[in-house]
Amino acid sequence: MTATDAAIENPARTGSAVVELRDVTRVYRMGNQDVRALAGVSLTIERGSFWAIMGSSGSGKSTMLNVLGCLDRPTSGTYLLEGQNVATLSDDELSDVRLAHLGFVFQNFNLIPQLTVRENIELPLNYQGIDGAESAQRAAELAQLVGLGDRLGHRPTQLSGGQQQRVAIARALANNPAILLADEPTGNLDTRTGDEVMALLDDLHAQGKTIVMVTHEPDIAAHATHHLHMRDGLVERLEQNTPKRPAP
Amino acid sequence: MNPSRLLKNVRLGIKTLMLHKLRSALTLLGVVFGVGAVIAMLAVGEGASRETLDRIRRLGSNNILISSQKPAEVASGGDARVRMSVYGLTYDDFDRIAKSYDHVTNAVPAKVIRKEGRIGARTLDLRLVGTTPAWFELLERDMVAGRPLLDADGRDSNAIVLTEHGARRLLATRSTIGQTVRIGGSYFEVVGIVRSEAGSGGDIQTPDSNVDAYMPIQTAVERFGDTNVRREAGSRTRELVELHQILVQVDDLENVMPTAEALTRMLQTNHPKGDFAMSVPLNLIRQAEATRRTFNAVLGSIAGISLLVGGIGIMNIMLASVTERTREIGVRRAIGAKRRQIIGQFLIETIVLSTTGGLVGVGIGLLIPWIIARTTDMPTVVTPWSVLLSVGISAGVGIVFGIYPAIRAASLDPIIALRHD
Repeated sequence: MTATDAAIENPARTGSAVVELRDVTRVYRMGNQDVRALAGVSLTIERGSFWAIMGSSGSGKSTMLNVLGCLDRPTSGTYLLEGQNVATLSDDELSDVRLAHLGFVFQNFNLIPQLTVRENIELPLNYQGIDGAESAQRAAELAQLVGLGDRLGHRPTQLSGGQQQRVAIARALANNPAILLADEPTGNLDTRTGDEVMALLDDLHAQGKTIVMVTHEPDIAAHATHHLHMRDGLVERLEQNTPKRPAP
Repeated sequence: MNPSRLLKNVRLGIKTLMLHKLRSALTLLGVVFGVGAVIAMLAVGEGASRETLDRIRRLGSNNILISSQKPAEVASGGDARVRMSVYGLTYDDFDRIAKSYDHVTNAVPAKVIRKEGRIGARTLDLRLVGTTPAWFELLERDMVAGRPLLDADGRDSNAIVLTEHGARRLLATRSTIGQTVRIGGSYFEVVGIVRSEAGSGGDIQTPDSNVDAYMPIQTAVERFGDTNVRREAGSRTRELVELHQILVQVDDLENVMPTAEALTRMLQTNHPKGDFAMSVPLNLIRQAEATRRTFNAVLGSIAGISLLVGGIGIMNIMLASVTERTREIGVRRAIGAKRRQIIGQFLIETIVLSTTGGLVGVGIGLLIPWIIARTTDMPTVVTPWSVLLSVGISAGVGIVFGIYPAIRAASLDPIIALRHD
């Protein structure tokens, strides 16, 4: 096993479903009106699948990602993440769940400017209580994995957008999450660097990582195995897709 | 949070603050000046009050000093024929004080005589004090050379002890011991030189300030009598004063004030003209300490206000920082940071900020008194507690004024924080 494989090693987890949503709703109160951002969604995300959530603005795809990411709690329904019902957890407990099972990649990278590449990648480990040589070692492996092994000491501002996003992916992988959640990961990148980032996600998928991505670009969604089309807070349709792989 | 974790967070805090060097430095200034001013002011105040207290303590805190004072009606006695003024403490007063008070452990009489003295070829007007050997015990002065007066130096003794002050004036040295001084018409032998405290200026004078030499009181009475001639403004006044001073030592600090009151009552009965004055060093010490407390309270308020201003400055900047770093907070929360970890992070930053300000302030607070002490003759004393207190307070300011911005940061909804531009 190479260092790269070890860096994203998936320990055996029970069951093939990573996520199970049952009749999940999310209702916001706006003035006197209730807005049903999620109006009753049920679905199962299998381990190792690559989902693309699509839909127009206001379709509920962002709320969907927030609920899946344990940043938001469903108003009703059940959300089983790795078999644990996380729908009713407290703020602190949700933080623990995010720390243990989830990794986030954002459209605007969201690296912390005062930290170096290594320190950014180490963040989740630090919050897990892993410090010093152990976290530095793992950060180096992950930087290697995303092709930035020689940029560990750089600041985010010294990197290109594509490089920053790859650092963000390395950070999202640091806690070896059950799901990698990506919100328009190529939205701020040009086509070429966007392709590089997608190639990296393809690699991770190929190595067995479960990925859930929000996008509105069909080209990007083409990399996924499942297309979830949302509309008015409901699943409009769910399609299987044969991922398009760019020619090597 | 374990120590290495804490250290790491402190380092991160420093790093974050260093991103905006000018802003952080300006924020520090409030605390820097607050702390610096407090330490410097306390150092100057402490120096002044310690000097006063030292001077009073040199009088002996268990002692009571009674001295003769020329009463007003005698002093202004316009009748030119009344050539002799009689006033002051008497030998009887001394006997009564020495014998009839339980708490008086020691009483020492002192008689001041002004005579011309000559040693070798040098002639000077001397201020001589006739006293008993107990004087030296009461004032606790060390010998520079030779011996003090002894009980054995009685009526016929020629022994005389020079003070440092007198020795300096007479150009006497160690080798002067054994030599002869001619005073008035008599010859004395210098047996020792004693250290003296010159109570320079101020309203508190040590009993031995400006005294040139001591001799046994019996000798003084025998040779020079009780009459002194005072020359002032062209006229001569003859005065009959038996004793100029009585030093009283009391057994315990607690008994000093009651004894002083009892002595005052007794003396007032015997001296209706009020031709005596009493000074109680303990009383003066208490007054000086009360003054010092007031002074410290005033400084404390100034310090409080300046640190408050500094704290508000810090809070202002931290609130701006929270707004600026909303996205960072969102990311940290998304990664899995708990609210209290966010609070901890921001709180550490403000504490680092305010404590750094405090430490720089200590530097300034040490520098200013040093400069004052070097360039003026004002004594300054930097007390360790003033340094600890101000650094402690500055750290406290960090906590008090950092908690609100930190809570604000932690209570941000991560979803909204991540969407923030």
